[in-house]
Amino acid sequence: MKRFLFVCALLWVCAWAQAQTAREAAPLAQDPQVEARLVNLSQELRCLVCQNESLASSQAELADDLRREVRDLIQQGKSDQEIKDFLVARYGDFVLYRPKVKPLTWVLWFGPFLLVLVALVMLGRYIRQRRAQEVVELSEAQRQQAQALLKG
Amino acid sequence: MKKFLIPLFLFFGLVIFLAVGLQRDPREIPSPLIDQAAPDFSLPTLTGDAPFSPTRMQGQVWMLNVWATWCVACREEHPVLVAFANKYHVPIVGLSYKEIQPQEAESKLPPEQKLQLARERSVVWLKRHGDPYVNSVMDLDGRVGIQYGVYGVPETYVIDKEGVIRFKHVGAVTPALLANTLLPMIEKLNSL
Repeated sequence: MKRFLFVCALLWVCAWAQAQTAREAAPLAQDPQVEARLVNLSQELRCLVCQNESLASSQAELADDLRREVRDLIQQGKSDQEIKDFLVARYGDFVLYRPKVKPLTWVLWFGPFLLVLVALVMLGRYIRQRRAQEVVELSEAQRQQAQALLKG
Repeated sequence: MKKFLIPLFLFFGLVIFLAVGLQRDPREIPSPLIDQAAPDFSLPTLTGDAPFSPTRMQGQVWMLNVWATWCVACREEHPVLVAFANKYHVPIVGLSYKEIQPQEAESKLPPEQKLQLARERSVVWLKRHGDPYVNSVMDLDGRVGIQYGVYGVPETYVIDKEGVIRFKHVGAVTPALLANTLLPMIEKLNSL
């Protein structure tokens, strides 16, 4: 009986502890719709401290603050574009994983295609050059000479 | 020209391209706020008098320095700022950024007590390392920091008479940066 009571008490403590943590996490899930939009948006945004992480996955403190800011903006009824503009105005195009197409980012967007194009042109020229090379026919005497050389 | 040299030139071109890329600091992100109006705010000061707003600095060229007592690079930067403030009459406003970090137990305190604690820590720190600021403001939750695009402490901004941000530096300010870039810039802005 004593043991049973002990187990009960233990279970109760565990449940209580869980309830405590659950309560702490509450503000995150207050509005599932806001959270869904936050997750969606923050996957498109870069964390400025650990630059290879998105805002959604980053544990950095600034990322926390920026998520809070984005959450507030969503709650204020701002559109995704307005929220992105808000962050770009403060942190620059760098926060966007997909920067806008404009003269400054042309190299970024079209550079790879340009490189592929150059490579294709070079490949074409190379193939044409090889085709243009005539096949040299050997005379009977030359053939025998070559065979003698090969035999050593 | 000899044809076999072409790959060699291409190779050198690539080396130069990569060498330049390696010299650049990826942490330095160009700020879109340069030549834009400095975001307005109203924050409690270190001393507890009336809240400070940048509009108060209108008509003079000033510097905004973002710092915190937990920031290691600030310790390196601080003597430089103190020496600068003693020598030149360029007002520097200190912005204490998130003095109480979220991982600290004290971050759960009510806002009033948090502000009090942050003030105490900052006063002690400024007493030990010197106080170069004409005014110090407390940005406890880092919201004003976000308005200014702060992503790493320390950061320093130069703001002109009209309240336009003219320059931003991320990381510790060095004597060379002050002498070669900031001072000439401030002098020029002052003469406008």
